[in-house]
Amino acid sequence: MVINILNPGRNGVADWMIQRASAVILGLYSIFMVAYLLFNPDLDYAAWSGLFSHIWMKVFTLLALLSVAAHAWVGLWIVATDYIKPAAIRFGALLFVILALFVFVVWGVQVIWGV
Amino acid sequence: MAARRAIHRLSRRPDLMIIESYQKLPVVYSCGPGEKSAVKSQRPLSTAKRPVNLDLSSIQFPLPALVSISHRVSGIMLFIGLIFLMWAFQVSLSSPAGFNTVREAMAHGFFARLVLWGLLSALGFHFVAGVRHLIMDMGHGETLEGGQRGAQLTIIISALLVVMAGVWVW
Repeated sequence: MVINILNPGRNGVADWMIQRASAVILGLYSIFMVAYLLFNPDLDYAAWSGLFSHIWMKVFTLLALLSVAAHAWVGLWIVATDYIKPAAIRFGALLFVILALFVFVVWGVQVIWGV
Repeated sequence: MAARRAIHRLSRRPDLMIIESYQKLPVVYSCGPGEKSAVKSQRPLSTAKRPVNLDLSSIQFPLPALVSISHRVSGIMLFIGLIFLMWAFQVSLSSPAGFNTVREAMAHGFFARLVLWGLLSALGFHFVAGVRHLIMDMGHGETLEGGQRGAQLTIIISALLVVMAGVWVW
């Protein structure tokens, strides 16, 4: 088993499960957003902000946002440990990934509850 | 049980198998200058003489391997694309003027529409390849032929989605 300082207290089975659970949430959210935009070609600001003012949409969006962070982290960790051999560069890349995901989550929460 | 199944499945990933075999190459441990020859002599002769092919262009990837690599590439594309999606998400919900900015960009901006089409295409492929993973997790299409057919289906369905996304954006 790969022991990595940027993967504390986790194992492959947890990763495997997280990846699939978050994938299902992201799949449902993607289908919903594409369908919503397809069936509302003349969307305006009132309807768009109205959609995100519902509490279920805030919860659904937050769930998708957290799923993006988890899914991207597991996926990019696997890709980084497979292809980036020098430890310092891999560490730097993963640090960048987790910082970016953290910023996206905080940014997204602010947008969701700003509507 | 789930762990064994996961590991079993991982061991059959064609792109990972290449990496696995790569990792089985003899390891040369780093040491002081005086010890170098001593460590070298400890390596078995058979592995020292084993030919190593590092010319990747001469290796033929089977279709499931190409689908697997593309799944990873599209995932990285989606991660990079998050910055554009977050921008559109924030600006479109900030004010009516912001909403129109995003709408105009999606309707007329060449760069914005190219990015949007690229991201929708990456999402389409990543989605279809991901659904294939879930179907294989349930025990379907795990044979050699099943893997081939699943990879072919993934490419056909996602190609359709890429074209449909292009029609939608333009």
